[in-house]
Formats: sequence, structure tokens, C-alpha cells
Amino acid sequence: MTEIPTSRHSAFQVLTGLFSLPVGARIGVGPMIAAVILVAIVLASIFAPWYVPYDPLAMDAMSRLKPPSEAHLLGTDPYGRDTFSRVMTGGRVSLLIGVGAAVVSVAVGLMIGLVAGFFRAADGVIMRIMDSLMAIPAILLAIALVALNGPSLSSVIIAITVPEVPRVVRLVRSVVLSAREEPYVEAAIALGSSMPKILIQHLMPNTFAPLIVQGTYICASAILIEAILSFLGAGVSTEIPTWGNIMAEGRTYFQIKPGLIFWPGFLLSLCILAINLLGDTARDLLDPRMKKREG
Amino acid sequence: MFLYILKRVLATIPVMVIVAIFVFLLLRLTPGDPAAILAGDAATPAQLERIRDRLGLNDPLITQFFTWMGQLLRGDLGTSLLSNTSVSGMLADRLGPTINIAVMTIVISVALAVPMGVIAAWRHRTWVDFLVMSFSVLGFSVPVFVIGYILIQIFAIELRWVPVQGYADPSAGFGAFFSRAILPSLTLATIYIALIARMTRASMLEVLGEDYIRTARAKGVRENVVLFRHALRNAAVPILTIIGTGFALLISGVVVTESVFNIPGIGRLTVDAILARDYPVIQAMILLTAGIYVFVNLIVDVSYSFFDPRIRY
Amino acid sequence: MLTLRSALKETRGLAAALLTGTALLAPGALSAQEDETTITAVMHSGLRVLDPVITTAHITRNHGYMIYDVLTAVDSEFNPQPQMASWEMSEDGLTYTFTLRDGLMFHDGAPVTGADVVASLNRWGERDSGGQMIFDRTASLEAPDDKTIVWTLSEPFAPLLDVISKQSAVPPFIMPARVAETSSDETITEYVGSGPFVFNEEEYEPGVNVTYDKFEDYVPRDEPASWMAGGKVVNVDKVVWTTMPDALTALNALSAGEIDYLEQVQIDLMPILEGNPDVTVEKRDELGYVTIGRPNFLHPPFDNKLVRQAAMAALDQESMLATMQGNPEYYNVCGAIFGCSTPLGDESGSEMLTDGADPEAARALLEEAGYDGTPIVVMAPTDVVSLINQPVVAAQALREAGFEVDLQSMDWQSVVQRRAQQSAPGEGGWNLFFTNWMVPEISDPLINVMVNGRGDDAWFGWPTDPEIEELRSAFVAAENEASQKEIAVQIQEHVMDNVNYIMMGEYIIPQARRNTIQNMIPSPVPVFWNVTKEAE
Repeated sequence: MTEIPTSRHSAFQVLTGLFSLPVGARIGVGPMIAAVILVAIVLASIFAPWYVPYDPLAMDAMSRLKPPSEAHLLGTDPYGRDTFSRVMTGGRVSLLIGVGAAVVSVAVGLMIGLVAGFFRAADGVIMRIMDSLMAIPAILLAIALVALNGPSLSSVIIAITVPEVPRVVRLVRSVVLSAREEPYVEAAIALGSSMPKILIQHLMPNTFAPLIVQGTYICASAILIEAILSFLGAGVSTEIPTWGNIMAEGRTYFQIKPGLIFWPGFLLSLCILAINLLGDTARDLLDPRMKKREG
Repeated sequence: MFLYILKRVLATIPVMVIVAIFVFLLLRLTPGDPAAILAGDAATPAQLERIRDRLGLNDPLITQFFTWMGQLLRGDLGTSLLSNTSVSGMLADRLGPTINIAVMTIVISVALAVPMGVIAAWRHRTWVDFLVMSFSVLGFSVPVFVIGYILIQIFAIELRWVPVQGYADPSAGFGAFFSRAILPSLTLATIYIALIARMTRASMLEVLGEDYIRTARAKGVRENVVLFRHALRNAAVPILTIIGTGFALLISGVVVTESVFNIPGIGRLTVDAILARDYPVIQAMILLTAGIYVFVNLIVDVSYSFFDPRIRY
Repeated sequence: MLTLRSALKETRGLAAALLTGTALLAPGALSAQEDETTITAVMHSGLRVLDPVITTAHITRNHGYMIYDVLTAVDSEFNPQPQMASWEMSEDGLTYTFTLRDGLMFHDGAPVTGADVVASLNRWGERDSGGQMIFDRTASLEAPDDKTIVWTLSEPFAPLLDVISKQSAVPPFIMPARVAETSSDETITEYVGSGPFVFNEEEYEPGVNVTYDKFEDYVPRDEPASWMAGGKVVNVDKVVWTTMPDALTALNALSAGEIDYLEQVQIDLMPILEGNPDVTVEKRDELGYVTIGRPNFLHPPFDNKLVRQAAMAALDQESMLATMQGNPEYYNVCGAIFGCSTPLGDESGSEMLTDGADPEAARALLEEAGYDGTPIVVMAPTDVVSLINQPVVAAQALREAGFEVDLQSMDWQSVVQRRAQQSAPGEGGWNLFFTNWMVPEISDPLINVMVNGRGDDAWFGWPTDPEIEELRSAFVAAENEASQKEIAVQIQEHVMDNVNYIMMGEYIIPQARRNTIQNMIPSPVPVFWNVTKEAE
């Protein structure tokens, strides 16, 4: 806290200081349970097509909104499709969106951040653009982007990614800024190593730890944002079930058939809870400052 | 101090200009035709073409952009393509509800989350800590509309304590305002409480390990004074920051809660405008929300020096 | 908070007690002390466009009926009746003379004159397709004096009164001449009518709220109200239309007594209201809506009649309607392109649609047509509740019949923009979309835009269909109802063979009201005259 916290610096503090360990310092019981739950959900989602009893798109107009029964474990939706099959298949797509958004944001943010942190000339312009993107409310930006590209899976991932990128860029840039003062980096520059080599060999590794942590949080929030986009009518087509659009379709039936929201919502929340907990754990393990403090 | 503020204000200008250019281009690239929305289902292509001409939508993009910029510099936000009413008038109508509910949300969140975070840090690694942190992770994990529906079901439908939906201006009586604003504010507050409680706890943990806290305790200063006067004040900067950056999150939440609770605020206005391609309204709203975001963070930055005397500008 | 509310409740109880006390003492004083009666109604959509001539949006048309009046209007028997004016037709059918009734006045206090009527009809004639047909045959339209309008035609046009009395798409609302002189490509900026309600500009919030005050000087006709005809007697002081983006919220608000009226109730949600003794769910009118699919005639595969027929065979009204509506009481399997309960409605040749899906027949037709498996682009809106289901159900049924389907989701505005594109489906065009109409909007060959066969000038889908154009001309020239009906049946048979559009059946959306709201007349347009509101 000895440095002057300009807004840029404070954003970094926010990102790194925000999430601290809930209970215990090392991997405790909580994160273990979280890991088990997450692995279970991921496996159940990946293998969904092999065990769900129905085609998640198969409709039957004559058996709409049926309560749970032996034939339909969780009942049916307004099209007469099997809710259990849709929820399990939906997990696949939701997780894909989460992981996709995290990977793309981190990859794009890493590249831009490295450039901004290393090349002073580009820094000003890049950071002004990033500031502008951050100033636009993420959800409005995402709706506009989905309207631009149509609500396909890839355009939803892009729409979620664009508002996340500036946050990653700031994180990477601040790590690079402090790393480039390190003697070994200065030595490499003095020895005339090529730029790409310095960036990739010396600077990039420093960013990995915070990026892994950041990536897990983006993954969790992407799954949530997908649900909100669906709620606002800007999500992926109902032919591609996701936890988000199953909930959005079920929302009008909240009082007569709560299961349509409850089951996807329960899995979604469980999943995000687990990802966040693991993100916290990873952060504490990877952040030396934290380790020292926790003793 | 003054120079610092001036510098910060000037620094926002390029940001706002980039936002303006970005939004303008994004909208013009998006498929959609306000003329078709205006004319409805049975219009012929020739009729649409004439309406587009009248609305200036057939002008070159660069002309449209500079017309808009010129209007903005004169303080004119333009006219809605659909309702033909002035955007600034619509804004005046719709800004109040959003701001009032946002303020109420922040008040509730800070009032609940800061003590939660302080206590969690104070009783570090006990069940209290665990409870606070579990709640705050949970707050991140449930979609905001689900929280809204659950609160409506419990408090408006089962208990009938408050109305199901709607908004009343505080000028119509505080009771009327409060009974309608409380559920949407609580809905929005869940994320915010989670965010602030976590930050408070982390920041407090750091401060509580400092020597001067140990000294204060050794001198026999009462524990609540140590916590709230000495420690919290020194832990305030990151907490303030999260309130500022979290503001963007709040705007996202507003869009959803305004639909669920039927509040005529700017969130709904903007989503409706995007779905109807009402360009002047979307442009004005995005500029406005971006402006508010920049402004709130400016205030937060400036207020650092108040909480942390080590910071001088 | 609790105490505050109970305190409020007690105050309200006290006020009521005081009121009844006063009422017993002095019945005449009651009305003066009572609050104004206000009906709060949740409508199907927000009101954003205030010009009922430039747009065909239903909500704007409904707004038009609140604040404007019309010369003539159809009653529930589809017969034109005098509203602002009575008429006389010359023996040769070329001259119509309208006489304005006494007491007509605009909201700004000016009397309604023949000049206002002529200006209004002229502006309307530039926008409405039926109006254009009349003006194509108009020799002159003049107002010789303040009370009289003379419309002279160059050739007889039997449906003239039907066209100016209709409710859709654009009724000829009468505005002051200065407003009606606005170009028909520009929205009007002054909202003064002579109808039973006054638009409250102060309280208008586009897309959210619109308030109508009773027009004290409105003189209603003596006949009972029937659809848009008859006496428009206003029994309340204020009507507030509001919009709620969330169907469930609106329903809960009605249950809790926060609103008085809900224009559209989702059938699946009706059980929530069923237990509530204070609320009635009912059909407002028996005609309702139709839902239809429109193929694109310009591009393969739907440029081939056999493929269009295959699509018709693959689709099934019952399963689509059941998915949309749930309860069979609120839909009607109906193969009549002009609607099943209209004078011209006829179901000839529609067995393919009404007898369930026939994937085998569809496959055979596809084989015969030599369908090569090119995916058909079906546009699926994501944000208009009444249009979400159809493309999804259709895509599944078409796939079962051997079609390759590319179901493309987009918001409604993108559909509106894209359906106007004539380019190939791979280059920003399309093959099939769905939309809904109110039955009176498709009930005859002049109003129904989907039976227009004029190629590029036709409605989206652009069929070039000289046969149907001949039939339509014959319909205009037909001299009596019997021969009109005969031609309408021929059009029906032609559409079933050529598949100009795919009729997917009729459905009705019920309304719901608090029981304090009484005497609402049955009508396709929700109207707020005649309605009364009792104290709760």
C-alpha cells in the first residue's frame, strides 16, 4: 500500500486482492468437495448424449409441461421435450460457452496486454480503447454484439468475451510492467535478445499464475451471462439447449412448473460455486503475497 | 488536488470519444431497419425507402456521424426514430427510477456487506467467517432473475407485504417508493454484497496484521474502535474501488431487474431500443452509462485521499 | 414497513367508512368525493409510434381508436355502419356522399369539417393498400361544405364502404386538416383527434405508459356499441395503458389487484388465475388470430411448387397450435385461408393441413421435385413471444419429412429486415418465416396481402402468380355477395395448390380482468368505451 493507487493500479488490486481463501490456507475439505462436484458435472455433461433417454430436440405437442414421471424423470417443457435430457445436454453447451469465453478472453487479452506492457508507444492508445470498452455496460455491449452477429453459439461467446478482454489486458499489462524492471529481463534486453523472445520467454511466464485464476472467474461469469442473455431474448437458439435458455424458456412457468428453472439453475449455481471456490484456492496457492500473509 | 482532478477529467474525453465512435459503428453494422419497424408489417419497399430518406438513414455514414456529433456538442441528444419524442425528455423520465434504485442498492449493500466483511476478518477461520464467505460465493452463483422471482414469490405473493411490481417516485411518498423499491434493490444487492463483503474481508485481514493494530490493542483500545475506526479506515481504499468498478455490474443487473419488477428505468429503455434499432436512444444511453461509470470511478479515486492520508496528489 | 402498511390499510378502511357514511347521509355528494375512476390496463405491447396511419402495428391502431373517430365502421356482422357520417350511394355506384353528424368536435375545441375528412382520407390513401385501390379509381374527393364529403369514382368499386370501415391494417382515422397534411412518410407530431378519449401528452412515456382522459364533449351515437360501430359511451375518467415485459409479473399484478385488465393471458398460465374469485379470464372475441408460414418464391427449393406442397404436407396444424396454446379450447384447426368464421371462409382443399402431418407424402413430393438437400433457411425470432414456437416446431417437422433445415435465430427486428431481402438464402436472404395476423386482416382477397401475386410488388416472398391476380380482379368486379364468395373459394383452392402461404390455423388469446371491470364489448380491438368500473 505504499504506492500511489492510481485507478489503473487499483484495478489490479481489485483483481488480485478480491478473492481470498474462504476457510483454511491450503487445499482444505471445501475445495476438495468442489473439485469432486465439478468433475462430476463436467463428466455428466460430456457424456450426456450417451445416456440421456431422449433426443433433447424431440417434441411431442401432446405431452407438454408434464410433471416428473417414470418416462420423464424431470417432466417435459413447453414443447413436450424431455427436461432431464435437455438439462444434461444443456450443461455441455453452457460449459463449452464458459470454457470458450475464458480461453478466448485470456488468449486475446494476453496478446494485447503483452504488447501494451512492453511497447510504450502502443500503450496509451491500447489502454484508452480498453478503458472505453470497460465503460460500456457489459450486458448492453453483449446484446448489441449478439444482434450484430445473430445468436449463434460463436457469437454469444464473442459477445461475452469482448467486455472481458480489457480486464485481462490490464492484468497482463501490470504484470509485464513490473516484470520488465527485473534484472534478468533488463539483462536480456541489454544482450539484444529479440523482442518476441523477450516477450514469450521472459515476460509471458509471469502472467500465467494470475491468468489461470482470472480464467476460472471468467468461465464462471460467462455461464451466468449466457443465462442473462437468454433471459433478455439474446441467447442461443432453443435448438441448442443451454442451462441459460432452458431457464429463460421456463421462467414464465415459474409458479406452475418450478422444475424448469430449478434444475438447470441448481446445476448452474453448483457449477459456478465450485469453479469460484477452485479459483480462490488456485489464487491462494499461486500468489506468494497471500501465502506469506496467511503464514 | 485540483490539478489532479482536472487531469483526470481531461483524460476521460478520449475515452468518451472512443465510446461514441465504437457505439455508432457497431449500431450501423448491425442488421435492422428502423424504417421497417416504424412502418410495420404491410409496408412496401418504396414506402420504406421514402421513410429512410426522411429519417436521414440513407446519408453516408460519415455525414450521419458528424450530424450526431454536432448535435451532441450543442447538448442535443436527438429524437427517437420511433416515438418522435426527444431523447433527453425520455432520459429525464427514465433516469430517476434507475438512479433511486441504484442508490438504495448501494446503501443496503454497504450497510450489510462492510460489517459482514469486518466480522469475518475479525473472526477469521471460524464458522462466522465460513458463513459470510459461503454467502458471498453464493451471491455470485445464482442468476439475478432467479433471485428476483424467489423474492417476489415469498414477499409479494405469499406474505403480501409489498406490491408485486411497479415503481413510485419518492415524491409520491416514501412508503410508496420504499415498498416497491425494496425487492428490486435486494435482488440487485446480492451480487454487490458478495463483492463488497469479500473485498472488505480481504482488505481487513491485511490491515489487522499490521503493527499499529497490535499496538492499539496492547494499549487497551476497545475492540470495536480498533476494528471500525483504525482498521476499517485503513482498509477503505480497495473497498471503495470495488464499489466503483462494481458499478458496471450494477448496471448489468439493472437491465434484468427492471424487466422482472416492471420498473420504467434506463436499463429497459436501452434493451428495448436495441431490439427496435432506435439508434439515437441507444447511442445516448450507452454514452450516458459510460459517462456515469467514468464519473463514479473518478469520485472513488478522488475520495482515496480522504480515507488514506498517505495518498497525496 | 409492516406497521407502515397496516397503518395505510387502516387509513384506507377509515376513508371507506367515512365515504359510505357520507353516502348514506347525502347520496348526491358521493360522486364529488370519490376519486376519479381509472382503469389500468396491461396491453400486449408498448406504444412507441403515435401515428396510426404510418404504421400497421396493432398497438398503434388500438391507440388510434381511443383518440380518433372514423367515418364508418364494421359491426360484429361485418356490415359497415355509420359512425361520424351517414352515406348515400348514387345508382351507378360512382358517387358516394357522406354527411357528418352533429356535435363532432376535435379535442382542441374546433368542429370537425369536411376539409379535415378529405385531408385525412388523402393521407390514409397513400399508406393503406385498400385505400390505394380506391384512389386508383377516384375521379375526385371533395368537401362542398362543412358537413358534406363527395367521393366520385371513375369506375364502380363495390367494396368501397368495406374498405373504409375496416379495422386493419390501417383504418382511415380522421385528424384535423393541419395534421393530416403531414407527408405520409413522416410521423405526425400533434395528437389531436375527435374520438372518445383525449391523449394525455404530459403523462406519456414511450414504450411504458400512455394515459387517456375522457373527452367530456364527445357525443356518442345512440345505437349500442358493436365492434367499432355504435355509441362509444365512456364511463370512466381515465384509462392508463401500461406494458409489462414479463408475462408472469403482469399476471401476479392482476391477481394482487395492482392492475385492472390484462389484454393477453398466456394459456399455460391460466391455472394461476383460476383460483382467484376476483378475476375473470374470458375470450374477448371469437375470431382471434391466424398463424401462417410464408415461403420465398424467388429461390430454390421453394421456387418449385412441388417442394412447397411437400412443406405443406410435412407440417401439421394440430401439433403447432397445441405447442403454442396448450389448451384446445383456445385454438382451432382451420384450413380456410380467409379464416373459418368469416363470410368468405372456406376450407376446400386443405385436408393436407388439417388431417395431421404426412411425412411420407412429403418425401414422395420431394423425390418427384428432385430436391437436392439444399438446407432451407427458416427465420426464428427470439424476442416475440407469439412467434417463438412456430419455426421451432416447423423445423422439426420438416426434418422428419426429409428437408434439410437451417433454423436461424435472430431478434424480430432482424427478421423484419431480412425478410425484405430478395437475395439468395446463403447471401442474406431466406426461405421460410412465420407470422400472425388478426382474422379481420386476412378475411378477404383485398385486405389479405399474402394473396397478392404481383412479383416484386407483392408481399415478402414475392410470388409471381398471374392466375391469382386474375381472380382478385374478378373479385373486385363481382357484383354481388354470391359471386364474391364463389371467387373466394376459387382463390382458396388455388392457394392450396400453389401454396402462396401455409395456413397454420386459428387461435384465440383470452383476456383477464378484475371483476370490478364490467360491460366490455366483444371486439377484435380491445375498446374502453362502454366499460364500467365498480369500487373494489
